Amino acid sequence: MDSTLRLIASNPVDQLAHTVEALLVVASAPLSVAELAEACADDPERVETAVGLLRERYTERRSGIVLEEVAGGYAFRASREASDACARLFERPVERGLSQAALETLAVVAYLGPCSRPEIARIRGVAADSAVASLVERGLISEAGRESVPGGAVRYRTTPLFERVFALESLAALPRLDDLGADTGELRDRLLEVASARAS
Amino acid sequence: MRELELDLEAFEGPFDLLLTLLLKEELEPREVDVAGIVISFVEILAERDAIDLEACGEFLVLISALLELKARSLFPEETAELDDLEPEEAAEELARRLAEYRRMKEASVWLAERLAEERDRWFRLGPAPLAPEPERRLAPQDSAALAEALRGLAVPPPKVSLSHMALRFPPVSQFLERFRSLLGRRRRFDFDAEVGGLSRVEQAVAFLALLELRKAGEIALEQAAPFAPIRISSSRPWPAAAPAGRSPAPPWPDAADEPMPSGAVQSTVPFGLGSSAASQEREEGLELSDSERIETWTARSA
Repeated sequence: MDSTLRLIASNPVDQLAHTVEALLVVASAPLSVAELAEACADDPERVETAVGLLRERYTERRSGIVLEEVAGGYAFRASREASDACARLFERPVERGLSQAALETLAVVAYLGPCSRPEIARIRGVAADSAVASLVERGLISEAGRESVPGGAVRYRTTPLFERVFALESLAALPRLDDLGADTGELRDRLLEVASARAS
Repeated sequence: MRELELDLEAFEGPFDLLLTLLLKEELEPREVDVAGIVISFVEILAERDAIDLEACGEFLVLISALLELKARSLFPEETAELDDLEPEEAAEELARRLAEYRRMKEASVWLAERLAEERDRWFRLGPAPLAPEPERRLAPQDSAALAEALRGLAVPPPKVSLSHMALRFPPVSQFLERFRSLLGRRRRFDFDAEVGGLSRVEQAVAFLALLELRKAGEIALEQAAPFAPIRISSSRPWPAAAPAGRSPAPPWPDAADEPMPSGAVQSTVPFGLGSSAASQEREEGLELSDSERIETWTARSA
């Protein structure tokens, strides 16, 4: 009796979930809650509830389609189970053949961006022109204005596609810089230690 | 000194190289063959067509830093003499930059690992979705008014007039004669009144004739203001203007036969200047009666 009643009763959030589902199927990039709410002409909080319903439905092993939160929004992707089949049919143009130089440049832009090519070159110690051009072509970074001095160099920042390819909810999901590598003190001590090793 | 096996191509730059050298536990600066590194670097440069000046500059800076470290380790007692180089400060700066680079290198390693982990995530790629074009709001339109406007445009254009193709210009001489004979009868006349009934082209030619006569000094022109009527008067002595009254003498010798007397030229009233007194003086004599005209003609022919 109960279940029959539930089926008949028209739940507005269910209706909203249908609309959100439809929008996500059409979209080729993640949609933020604000974008979804505007398209549905509905309240952002209700849209979040609807998204919650969809996330329960579209999970790994429950469906071939998975709803994930990525790049500041929500997007559908294929389930991991289907990845072999996908790999046989599709290409990965964005991340295929990323060189070490490109990955280092990408790291600099992701952590310190927006930043210019001279700034990237200063940190890496080598010119970054070709790496930057390759990343722009792939759509992982894009131009973001110029340095504020007259004739300043073009600055770059990562794109939402970067966050999506690296499965980041946002840039804040990158590991903290302090957790990476040695700190300055350690390196300086080591430099001086090596230098004075022969002194004693 | 131990031979250092270095494949410089394998490094992502001088920082990468120095970092690797420094972090190798077994390697100490005094064991590094700096000359060997420089030679390998120069060899690599020679193989390339273009020289990356920025990379060369960075290499120079870092190889110098390496050289200094090596020198200090080889001659530890002499560090005091190198005080002006402030090795601690140099080391601090170098360490800071190396640490910065090292963090980015670690970050790039993290990114590469992340990419490998997410290799089984597939999603649709496409251009950025387009927002629907905003609907343009127009004022309410009346179809009847539009039809009316279109009807006005649908009318065939008026036929192009070709009348000017057959323009005939009357000879200037025709008007020269006409004005001369007119001045033979009257002391002055009004240009507009005289040519009023003529076509535009004829009026233009008549005006040219007027200019010709003025140039020859036969007439004086006056116009009170721009676009005001142009008044033409003879610059020859006029019998009616003489204080003695009408003279039987001809108004002027026949212009076609004789040259103009120089006195006549001097007495010409300049166009638009000082003519008011003269014109006032002759105002009454503007229109000659028929009998006067006959008299004048008789006198001329005599």
